[in-house]
Amino acid sequence: MTPHRTRNILICSGKGGVGKTTLTANLGIALARQGVRTAVLDADFGLRNLDLLLGLENRIVFTAQEVLAGSCRLEQALVKHKQEPNLALLPAGNPRMLEWLKPEDMQAIVGMLGPNFDVVLIDCPAGIEDGFKNAVSAAQEAIVITTPEVSAVRDADRVIGLLNIHGIKPIQLVLNRVRPKMMANQEMLSVNDVTDILALPLLGLVVEDEQVIVSTNRGEPLTLSGSGSPAAQAYINVARRLRGEDVPLPDPAKMGRGLRAKLGRLMKTKIF
Amino acid sequence: MTLRDTINRLLGLQRASATTARERLQLVLAHDRSDLNPELLEQMRREILEVVSRYVEIDLDEVDVSLETEDRVTALVANLPIRRAKAVAQPGVKTSLSLGVKAAGLAKAEPADRQKPEAVSGADSQSAGAQAAESQQPGPQEAQADTAGETANLEGSQSLT
Ligand SMILES: Nc1ncnc2c1ncn2[C@@H]1O[C@H](COP(=O)(O)OP(=O)(O)OP(=O)(O)O)[C@@H](O)[C@H]1O
Ligand SMILES: [Mg+2]
Repeated sequence: MTPHRTRNILICSGKGGVGKTTLTANLGIALARQGVRTAVLDADFGLRNLDLLLGLENRIVFTAQEVLAGSCRLEQALVKHKQEPNLALLPAGNPRMLEWLKPEDMQAIVGMLGPNFDVVLIDCPAGIEDGFKNAVSAAQEAIVITTPEVSAVRDADRVIGLLNIHGIKPIQLVLNRVRPKMMANQEMLSVNDVTDILALPLLGLVVEDEQVIVSTNRGEPLTLSGSGSPAAQAYINVARRLRGEDVPLPDPAKMGRGLRAKLGRLMKTKIF
Repeated sequence: MTLRDTINRLLGLQRASATTARERLQLVLAHDRSDLNPELLEQMRREILEVVSRYVEIDLDEVDVSLETEDRVTALVANLPIRRAKAVAQPGVKTSLSLGVKAAGLAKAEPADRQKPEAVSGADSQSAGAQAAESQQPGPQEAQADTAGETANLEGSQSLT
């Protein structure tokens, strides 16, 4: 038997509001349902809302900070999901007292989770400042999530550069809020455009789906109720691919033009 | 240019916004990744052309300097089509070359702040060739002949993070 090794996976984007927390919640539930002992760590201390998406907002008493300070035990701070006991939420900290959280603290928190979990998903704050640096210091791999929009892709590129500097590997891509019709009409960057530009392997495609909002309203991630909606299926497939299963991606040619694929990866930009 | 772009153009419609998005992104990322701002690029362009023009006459209309990115490794690739070789000036000697022939189209690409050389017989005084010919700096002693149609290809590779 190989020794137990926990995968600490950072979920980041650079740009805010592209779907990090939604992915973390849905992926966490999906992995748990697939039998993976999963912890979701809310590293977005200032503006935490992973608890809200998971419907666990009323059950938080302690955070990782109290555990680090020795004022409670890890089990007291971990909030177990009732329907999916394989999933637990750990808020990194309390919005009011988080100034002293440092990279070492994040590493210590993840280290504490190690023995009890197979996967730790770290929900990263937007931006590339301290919050990002803290979160990245605790991770070995990363999922970069972006939308097919110029500003989100540009920020993702910046973050990928920083992840490379930190030696994070592998880095995989989730493309969120895809609108197939717009892509077919070439009014949205195609899947190949984004993967070519960012040069990352594609872990998943999530379409724009109203059910995401409905599920957020209820505090019940889409993956909790099975696979009713397109986004739910997409999140479940991300979980399966993350575990190494070979799940084919929706045909990008049907979603976009597929032209870049024929042209290959080489991207040439005339500068003068 | 995609088929759709072509059709749109024929119909007088706007091109697909995804194409515009891709091109804008590629350009801005080329700048982001190489840490080259437009000002530095312009300076680099001027200097590259200046140096190369000292040795060969470049077709300035066809100059193409690009950043090529493959799997996050970016290379600077300059395609500088050569019109023909030229006799290089002896150090300290002004040489007049027969440069006028193809110089007409060159002036517009020349930065305005350049020193203008004296008019050379038959030449547009702003042509790159004339500029280089006046150069007082020591250059290679031998003149290369008949390289017209070749392309100077400068490549430098930079690993990006
Ligand atoms: N596939 C989708 N379809 C429709 N709406 C979506 C989708 N993904 C995310 N959203 C919506 O986008 C908004 C932002 O999502 P989310 O909070 O997950 O982003 P975030 O990256 O965590 O934001 P922040 O940077 O503020 O932490 C939410 O309102 C969410 O419901
Ligand atoms: Mg968030």
